[in-house]
Amino acid sequence: MEKSIEVHNLTVSYHSKPVLWDVDFKLPKGKIIGVVGPNGSGKTTMLKTVMGLMKPDSGYTEIFGQPLDKVRERVSYVPQRESVDWDFPADVMDVVLMGRYRKNNLFKRITKEDRRIATEALEKVNLLEFADRQISQLSGGQQQRVFIARSLAQQADIYLMDEPFVGVDAATEDAILKLLRDMKNEGKTVVIVHHDLQTANEYFDWIVLLNTRLVAAGPKEEVFTKELLQEAYGGRLTVLSKLGDLISDTEFPLREPDFKEDHPKE
Amino acid sequence: MLDPIFIKVLLGTLLLAASSSVVGAFSFLKGESLVGDAIAHALLPGVVLAFILGDGRNPLFLIFGALVAGLIAHYGISFLEQRTKLKGDTAISLVLSTFFGFGIMLLSAVQRTGLGQQAGLERFLLGKAAAITLSDLYVFAALAVVLLVSVAVFFKGFQLMTFNEDFAAAIGLPVQAIRFVFTILTVLAVTVGIQSVGIVLMAALLITPAAAARAWTSSLRLMLVLSAVFAATAALVGTVVSASLPKMPTGPWIVLALGGIAFISLLFAPEKGWIARRKRAKGNQLKTQRENLLKLLYGAEEREGETVAMTSETIVAMRRQHLDGLRKTLRSLKKEYLLVERPDGFALTDKGRTEGRRVVRLHRLWELYLTERLGMAADHIHPQAETMEHIITPEIEALIVKELGNPELDPHQSPIPYEED
Repeated sequence: MEKSIEVHNLTVSYHSKPVLWDVDFKLPKGKIIGVVGPNGSGKTTMLKTVMGLMKPDSGYTEIFGQPLDKVRERVSYVPQRESVDWDFPADVMDVVLMGRYRKNNLFKRITKEDRRIATEALEKVNLLEFADRQISQLSGGQQQRVFIARSLAQQADIYLMDEPFVGVDAATEDAILKLLRDMKNEGKTVVIVHHDLQTANEYFDWIVLLNTRLVAAGPKEEVFTKELLQEAYGGRLTVLSKLGDLISDTEFPLREPDFKEDHPKE
Repeated sequence: MLDPIFIKVLLGTLLLAASSSVVGAFSFLKGESLVGDAIAHALLPGVVLAFILGDGRNPLFLIFGALVAGLIAHYGISFLEQRTKLKGDTAISLVLSTFFGFGIMLLSAVQRTGLGQQAGLERFLLGKAAAITLSDLYVFAALAVVLLVSVAVFFKGFQLMTFNEDFAAAIGLPVQAIRFVFTILTVLAVTVGIQSVGIVLMAALLITPAAAARAWTSSLRLMLVLSAVFAATAALVGTVVSASLPKMPTGPWIVLALGGIAFISLLFAPEKGWIARRKRAKGNQLKTQRENLLKLLYGAEEREGETVAMTSETIVAMRRQHLDGLRKTLRSLKKEYLLVERPDGFALTDKGRTEGRRVVRLHRLWELYLTERLGMAADHIHPQAETMEHIITPEIEALIVKELGNPELDPHQSPIPYEED
C-alpha cells in the first residue's frame, strides 16, 4: 500500500487533557477516507495535529512519508466552516485567492495566473457567478463551497477537510460528492472528518473510526461492522476519561521533561 | 490661523490619526478592540521611565520606552489568558489598570520635581497635538508613514491572519512572525496616536474609524482607506477647534468628531445602516400588502370562474385594512399594470393574475411542505404559509416542487395552480 498519511503513536492534549491516546494508523493514497466518530472523539484534533496546528505530547505524523514542512505545498486544509467570521469584509474571489498565498509570495501581488486558477476552482464548485458576492451574503452551503474552492486553488495532492457536510443543502452535498469522486479519479487523496454515521458508509472508501482512541482503520467493508461501530459510538471508556480528567486537574506532564520522540527524518 | 507652523502641525496630526486608525482596523476585525486600549494605558509607565532614565526631550527615547512597555503589556495579556484560567476581558483589565496605576504613580513623582511639566508629560494623558514641538512632530510623522507602508506590505498576511489564522498556519505562512509584526505595529500606532488624542481616549482612535468604515463597505482595502479618511477628518475638526477657540482640548474634540462620524455611518450607510434596514423592512411590508391583494382577487376569480372586479370598499371590508394603506397599495399595483381600474372596481390584468397565482401556489406548496415534511396538522399550517408565501424565492420554490414530486393538491384538497406553458 502506498501511504498518504501516517499517524504514529499520537497523543494530543487540549488544555492539558489528553483527547487522543496513542493513535496509530496509516492511510492509502487515491482514496476518499472518512475519519468518523462521535462528537468530542478527537477527530478535529487529529486533523489539526496532522496540519501542524496543534503540538502532540508524543508521537508524530507524516504525509507522503515526509514531515509536513517538506510537502506543505502538496497538502490542502479545509477548516470547519464555522471557525471563521463570515462577516469579514471580503468577496468570494478574495477568499478563493487565499488558496494561492504562499510563504514565498506573501509580499507579492496576486498574479493573472493566480486569478485564472481561482476562477477555475470557482467554476468547479458552481460558484463562478458569485465571484463578486460578499461572503456575508452567502448561504451555509455556498460558504462551504467557497472553502472548497479555496482548497482546490491550492492544487494539492491531498485534501484534509473538517466536516464539509455540516449544515449544507442537498445541492451542495451532491456538488461536493461529485467533486470528491472527480478528485479521486485524478489520483488525489481526500480525508474527511465526518460525524454522521448514516452517510459515512455511502461517502467513503476507507474509514478511520475514532473515539479518543483508535477503534479501527481500514477499508469500509472491514470497519463498518456492527461490533466496531458499537465500540466507537457506545460512549467513551470510563477509565480513559477519568484518567484524562485526573491528568488535567493535577497538571501532570504526559512525558518526562527530557523525553524526546522526534520524527525519524527531521 | 494659517501660519506655516500651524499647517505643519495640522498635517502631522492628520497623518498620526490616519495611520493609527488603519492598524486599528485589523484589531477591530479581529474582535480585539480592547487590546489597543490596554496597550495605550500600559504605555504610560514606559514613557515616564524613558523620560526619567534617558533624555526626556528626545522623542526616540519616548518611543522606545513606549514600545517596551507596550510589548510587555501585550505579552502579559496573552500569558495570563493562556497560562491562567482568567477570561480575556479580565486579563485585559488587569494589565490595563496595573500598568496605568504604575504609570500615574511615576508621573506624579516626576511632576513633583518640576521636570515633568517642562517636558509636557501630561500631554500623553489627554493628548495635545497643538503643543507638540515641530521636531517631535517630524519623528512621529515619519513613524506614521512607516506604519502605513508596513500595512500595505503586510496586507496579504494581515488579511489572512485576521480572517482565518489556522489556514494561514496550514499553508506554512510564518504566523508567529506576522503576529509579532502586527503587535509591534499596534504598539507603534498607539504611541503615534496618543500624541493627538492621549492615552485615555486612544481606543476611540483605533476602533471608531474602522467601525464607521465597515458600515459603508465590504471591501477590506476600501475599509482601510475609509478608516484613514474618517480619522483624518476628525483630527482636522479637533485641531481646528482647539486652535480657534480658547481652552478647547484637541483630543476630546477628535474623539467627539469620530463619534459623530460613526453615528452618521451606522444610521445612514446604505445596506448596513439603520435607516436602510428600516426601509427594507418597509419595502417588504408593501410587497406583502400588494401580494395579499393580488391573492385576494385571484382567489375570488378561482371561486367564480371568471374575472372579478372589487371596489376598494369591498376590499377594505374583506381585508380589514385601513383605506389609506389600501389606496397606496392599489396605486403601486396600478402603476405596474398588475391591476386595472374599471367602473365596477379593480380587476386583475394578465400580469397581475400570474402574480396572484404565484402567491397562491407558494401558499399551498408551503402548506403541503409543512404537513409532509414537518408533520404538522392541517389546521395549524395556514398562519405560517401566510408569511412564507411572500418570502419563498423561485429557487426555493423549485426545490420544494422537486422534493414533493410535482404535487397537484394542497392539504385542504385545493389544486396547486402551476403556470401553463
